[in-house]
Amino acid sequence: MSRFLNRRLAFIAVGLALVATFAWVVVRSGPLAPVRVTVTQVARADLAPQLFGIGVVEARRSYLVGPTTAGRVRSVSADVGETVRAGQLLAEMDPVDLDQRLSAAAAAAARAKSAVNTAAAQLADSVARREVAAANARRYDDLGKRGFVSSAVTEGKTQEMTSAAAQVTATEATLAAARQDMARFNAEREGAQQSRANLRLLAPADGVVTARDAEPGSTVVAGQPVLRLVAKDSLWVKLRLDQHRSAGLKVGLPAEIVLRSRPGEVFAGIVARIELLSDSVTEERIAQLSFETPPTDVSVGEMSEATLRLPGIKQALVLPNAALRQHGGKTGVWMQSAEGLTFVAVKTGVSGADGRVQIFDGLKEGDAVIVHSERDLGEHSRVKVASALAGS
Amino acid sequence: MISLAGRDILHSWGKFVLTGFGLGLLIGATLTMAGVYRGMVDDARALLNNSGADIWVVQKDTQGPYAESSSIKDDAYRGVLGLPGVAQAASVTYLTMQVRQGNTDSRTMVVGFESGQPGEPPYLVAGRRLIRGHFEAIADVKTGFRLGERILIRRHGYEVVGLTRRMVSSGGDPMVFIPLKDAQEAQFLKDDDAIIADRARTAANPALNRPGVPGLLDAVTAAQTINHSVNAVLVRVGADSNAATVAQDIRRWKHLQAYTREQMEEILIEKLVATSAKQIGMFLAILTIVSAAIVAFIIYTMTLGKIREIAVLKLIGTRNRTIAGMILQQALGLGLIGFVIGKISATLWAPAFPKYVLLETADAVRALVIIMVVCALASTLAIRTALKVDPATAIGG
Repeated sequence: MSRFLNRRLAFIAVGLALVATFAWVVVRSGPLAPVRVTVTQVARADLAPQLFGIGVVEARRSYLVGPTTAGRVRSVSADVGETVRAGQLLAEMDPVDLDQRLSAAAAAAARAKSAVNTAAAQLADSVARREVAAANARRYDDLGKRGFVSSAVTEGKTQEMTSAAAQVTATEATLAAARQDMARFNAEREGAQQSRANLRLLAPADGVVTARDAEPGSTVVAGQPVLRLVAKDSLWVKLRLDQHRSAGLKVGLPAEIVLRSRPGEVFAGIVARIELLSDSVTEERIAQLSFETPPTDVSVGEMSEATLRLPGIKQALVLPNAALRQHGGKTGVWMQSAEGLTFVAVKTGVSGADGRVQIFDGLKEGDAVIVHSERDLGEHSRVKVASALAGS
Repeated sequence: MISLAGRDILHSWGKFVLTGFGLGLLIGATLTMAGVYRGMVDDARALLNNSGADIWVVQKDTQGPYAESSSIKDDAYRGVLGLPGVAQAASVTYLTMQVRQGNTDSRTMVVGFESGQPGEPPYLVAGRRLIRGHFEAIADVKTGFRLGERILIRRHGYEVVGLTRRMVSSGGDPMVFIPLKDAQEAQFLKDDDAIIADRARTAANPALNRPGVPGLLDAVTAAQTINHSVNAVLVRVGADSNAATVAQDIRRWKHLQAYTREQMEEILIEKLVATSAKQIGMFLAILTIVSAAIVAFIIYTMTLGKIREIAVLKLIGTRNRTIAGMILQQALGLGLIGFVIGKISATLWAPAFPKYVLLETADAVRALVIIMVVCALASTLAIRTALKVDPATAIGG
């Protein structure tokens, strides 16, 4: 009989175990199972908000060096990557007939100078004639008064004197004209020299050649660059910030810049300029960050990430942003109390770098609020508080 | 009165329990198959629930963004936002792709969304929401990514800052959520070689590379690498507005296709998962029939194995009702044990499936009823045989 009893006990034990496991399975899964959640308390803490954007390294000062008139490139003497000084010859355009025109202008100027000399000599000659004529006139006038010569002779001499004086005036005018001609030809020669010099493309400032767009022999139009330069000490980051995450952007904010080539290294910078125009298509604001100490061997066009530190907020009411939910068209949080869950609509302020967000109203310090949950919650959800849910 | 069935079971309880266990595993497999079918439909519903939208605005004459590809301009949401009854509208992108983490990659659906707008994952199981406009990601736990890990999407690295759950595409691929701008870029960003080849192609086109117009080629090249497209605009309507009316307005005035929640569910469940769901459903039906047949055979052969004992019972003058009751009770008991073990095993192994397995209580109740009916029917066959037994077999053969 005891063997039978043992069997019965064993059977009952197996049955109980089955029933218990079944009950556990039913309660732990399916619609009866509680939603596992994590809970936190609304607390006061310091918030360190930040702005984040991506940008590219650009040069604040970049130069396009090209001819002012269309022409053919004769020589290019600088290459990409070369450091050049201000005034250094970078390239030269083909002058075509400009040299010939320059010598023509020089010859014309020399000829004008000769013309001036001729006119000056003529002037000296006419002045001498006028003096002789004046002396004669005075003499004959004197003789005429005394009656030694007829008045016809006297008048003839006076007329000679007047003619000589007029001749002087005419010669003076010729000299002035010759001088003006000379000035004009000199100016023309200088102009031709300037045009000739303009074909020599010089570096406008110290910099590094970034592009060599035309080779000797190629034809370029006016304004088309032959070489491009950037001033290497003027590198900065053109930063693009999402408009809805750009509040608080100010000139002078400290920035941490990370270049794509050196992801582990942080360069200190500062917001140097904010553009008034924002990009309305991409909905981004644009600001320029300058490096505190410009990094060496950085490339223009390199992608970078920048984090701007905004002034912190002391002792704000904060919550993790994972607690914020949408429910019934409102943003709020699920508050846990003895009665169960209630949805409280909240107004949020700035967000900290650690993912905590400032709460303006709706909650008070010490309120228990659900942060993470395994499912979307409702008023009638049964919840079970856990310390962590998954993957953390 | 002593229970004949109980006595008999106790007599050979090891065999009984083992038979029940085997039966249970078979029932568990059937329940799991039902769960796979339900999970497939539920995946489609989860996709709609999690987007939090009332209306999906997609390219005209398409059934996007899930069932067909759809491409609209990313400023389309502004026009939609201006319509009466629209509370929120935001662009989203969906792209199924491989996301790399270390040396492995996993197939995911990358979703581009705007923070605080429809399309954002409604709840997290760990970590935080995005606070940067770039290079942060929230991943479904099924991707296997962990908080703080860096994942690679195209050429950019993203830090996993939050984890969520049950965010899957209609095909069951887990989702990775990244900022919209990054997703737009990722969707259309080609690899470096393709970009360079494209530039060369453009440069070779004399219409786009004209010697007299410096800068034209640069402008054309720049225009080719910018993407202003998204896949859909998700709309949330105001509390006192009717989604169907708003959707009608969008179709009428914005020349875009708009689907309400009901229409979207129809597209997903009737069209997108219909064939594969029917496939699984067909298999489920066969499995149910096979399981029922096996249960019936087990009960029948178990009774046949006891023919000699039944003959003895008859010989000592046991009433037919008692014998029939014993067989029926045993059959039902076996069915019950099988169901319990089946339900337990299905629940235990369901989470190990790569795709979601949804075990519904209604399915379990249905299964219980079917098992009990099948057991009862099978036992009537066995009872008929048992009652026809000649008591002489107890002492004869």
